[in-house]
Amino acid sequence: MMGNKDSFITVDKVSFSYTGESGAAEGTALDQVSLNIAAGEFVAIVGHNGSGKSTLAKHLNGLLLPTSGDVWVAGMNTKDEQHRWDIRQTVGMVFQNPDNQIVAATVEEDVAFGPENLGLPTELIRSRVDEALAVVGMSEYAEAPPHSLSGGQKQRVAIAGVIAMRPRCLVLDEPTAMLDPVGRREVMETISRLNEEEGITVVLITHFMDEAVKAHRVVVMDEGKIVQEGQPAAVFQEIDLLRELRLDVPPVIELASRLRAKSLALPEAILTVDEMVTALCQLRSEV
Amino acid sequence: MVPVATFRHITIGQYIPGESLLHRLDPRTKILVTLLLVVGLFFIDTYLGYGLAALYIALAIFRSGIPPRFLFRGLRPVIIIILLTFMLNSFMTEGEILWQWGFLTLTKEGLSKGGMLAIRLILLIVGTSILTLTTSPLALTDGLESLLRPGKRIGIPAHELAMMMTIALRFIPTLLEETEKIMKAQMARGADFESGNLLQRARSLLPLLVPLFVSAFRRADDLAVAMEARCYRGGEGRTKLKQLAFHTTDFLVLVGSSFFVLWLAFSM
Amino acid sequence: MSIEIRGLTHTYNPGTPLARTAIKNINLTIEDGETLAIIGHTGSGKSTLVQHLNGLLKPTSGTIKVDGVDITQKGVDLRSIRWKVGLVFQYPEHQLFEETVWDDVAFGPRNMGLSDEEVRSRVERALAAVDIDTALAERSPFELSGGEKRRVAIAGVLAMEPSVLVLDEPTAGLDPRGRQDMLRQIQRLQAERDLTVVFVSHNMAEVATLADRLVVMERGEIVMEGPPKTIFAQGEQLERIGLGVPEMTALMAKLREKGWDVPDSVLTVDEAEEAIMAVLRREARVGTGGDL
Repeated sequence: MMGNKDSFITVDKVSFSYTGESGAAEGTALDQVSLNIAAGEFVAIVGHNGSGKSTLAKHLNGLLLPTSGDVWVAGMNTKDEQHRWDIRQTVGMVFQNPDNQIVAATVEEDVAFGPENLGLPTELIRSRVDEALAVVGMSEYAEAPPHSLSGGQKQRVAIAGVIAMRPRCLVLDEPTAMLDPVGRREVMETISRLNEEEGITVVLITHFMDEAVKAHRVVVMDEGKIVQEGQPAAVFQEIDLLRELRLDVPPVIELASRLRAKSLALPEAILTVDEMVTALCQLRSEV
Repeated sequence: MVPVATFRHITIGQYIPGESLLHRLDPRTKILVTLLLVVGLFFIDTYLGYGLAALYIALAIFRSGIPPRFLFRGLRPVIIIILLTFMLNSFMTEGEILWQWGFLTLTKEGLSKGGMLAIRLILLIVGTSILTLTTSPLALTDGLESLLRPGKRIGIPAHELAMMMTIALRFIPTLLEETEKIMKAQMARGADFESGNLLQRARSLLPLLVPLFVSAFRRADDLAVAMEARCYRGGEGRTKLKQLAFHTTDFLVLVGSSFFVLWLAFSM
Repeated sequence: MSIEIRGLTHTYNPGTPLARTAIKNINLTIEDGETLAIIGHTGSGKSTLVQHLNGLLKPTSGTIKVDGVDITQKGVDLRSIRWKVGLVFQYPEHQLFEETVWDDVAFGPRNMGLSDEEVRSRVERALAAVDIDTALAERSPFELSGGEKRRVAIAGVLAMEPSVLVLDEPTAGLDPRGRQDMLRQIQRLQAERDLTVVFVSHNMAEVATLADRLVVMERGEIVMEGPPKTIFAQGEQLERIGLGVPEMTALMAKLREKGWDVPDSVLTVDEAEEAIMAVLRREARVGTGGDL
């Protein structure tokens, strides 16, 4: 069984329990989760701490293996030992704390870490490092020590370190949670560019709804299950569900819903300030 | 505030990027020459010998393009040790008495011996800082790894040692910053790191050390996962961005320096 | 209790090649009982400024008067200042160290040399103030969830019963639920204990709901100061220094550009709804809306 044919990553009825030191199961982190991700797609996964989203992310490149069910990456089962390193190379991961994922004492040597592990020849590593740093806009910092960089810059270095391995998919586990607004913007712009220009599949795990709005598809998780899934416009229309889960409702979406309740004929797909302005101006001119 | 502020001045392992002859030398050359110099300095026992060694080191500093003040800043933390060495030797050596006060006797031989030991210490520190100032930490570990590799057969885990050093170097600034932050946070809760007897002081460090260890372990966990995600699987089959290359210059520097230092050590 | 800052400048590593002036010539009065938000980029000097409020950093020049006492003078008991001005650092959960939640919260009061009885009642009050069940008090702080850890750490500062509470990015890194709880708690604390609250934040929506007054910092200086409505009405200037405005304020600004007659002082969804409906109602363009 290889799952859906169009699917690049297939998560098939995956359950996962963390085991304690005694070997006994300690709570279910994932409960029968199924999800297909197409090549080139940008998927956002939202939910609270403990909803299982980070656990799911770690399944996508075999850092965790399902207790039951299967995960397929480009036709390879993550349980298959012999594909382990191919899968890790295909699906790169960026983590929340930029400080704790940078290994080396200069930017370029850190970006080289992945390609070095792959055993690539020196000249190829050089060109991969230079390209990756250019893609994230950090070329001029190639020789800088990581601790001299801002949070956003460190996170871009971490992304470059993954990109240098030429993955087809990038999984980012709350990459902006510890950044200030400038850092968040830098990182989000980098992610969008990688998706749009380089065609890299992106799975973004986030707490910030304004980031999730930029995805092609949003997956909402709660207590180890997927509770809602669809295009941002559709998912964010379900304000009651978001409220119940105590996730943030983006103000523009809330405003749109309230105005609709007052019988204003606003279109469904309003997610951003600009879309709201256009819709309101249209409404005003029509009558 | 004093202990907090001093962390910032530690320059050990601080690398200053550059393009000088010394920067471009193979790290293995630099490590071997430094090692030789360190050992050689213990054999020199004339002022002329130290003078020549100092000249050699001065030449190296000049060719490295590193502002000398960086080198002397590295001396600051050990200045007390150097002074102490000088004083102890000056007053504790028997010989021709120059000055006497109570039980303190300054002798000519002592002064000479103390002076030499102090110079030796200064040269040792400055000499080794040239190595760390002109060699990036990673190049340094690469060099060590390469030099230790033949020891693999007798059980020296060269790659693992080098990886440990790399990570230690990477995280020293982060942990220093963290120490400062935790210290301030506890001081905001009325913690007192400065007064009391030894036992009280040791106890008062707990609020600093416990969070620091907890954080170090958390970082280690995170880092291990991140490294695994980037396909790290030990030293087998790994390649390098910066391949070590032993050039003619390295050969010349190594041979030239070896002869010079050996000559100094045995004839001075 | 008020804090008066005059001509405050702080230079790190003065007299060395690494010298860097983090804040210069800051003049600011923090009024008794107000909630003041400090916004600005990383590196704008916010954290340096707040670390002066309880004497953790000594100014290079300038004075800081806490409750009329100049804390920059020699001989001032800084520890007692730290009990009056409670400072909660960024990610305060990283400072937890005791074996139990209870002992950790008691650390501050014990340092103050209070009686066991007084320590006990303060710890109880502090834990209650941050909604930590006393059943958790005997647990290790390291077993708690991220949000709980942070609340325990804040309780550790509250237990000293300061009159001014200073929080450096209290919601950083929390999930939406944790963030919502934290904001509500700060609001409640402010009201119940009649605290003066100073907080540093990056989140404009947060600032808009919580603060009575804003201070905007850029490159070590205060560049704007005033109530949120006044500050956010100057969206262009905030944009120029790379800070945003709350989403609804931005929406109103764009509508005004398109010729809508809406106020520039809108911060919340409620206000935005009202403003838009007012325009449409005035133009009588809304047809069937029964409640109009």
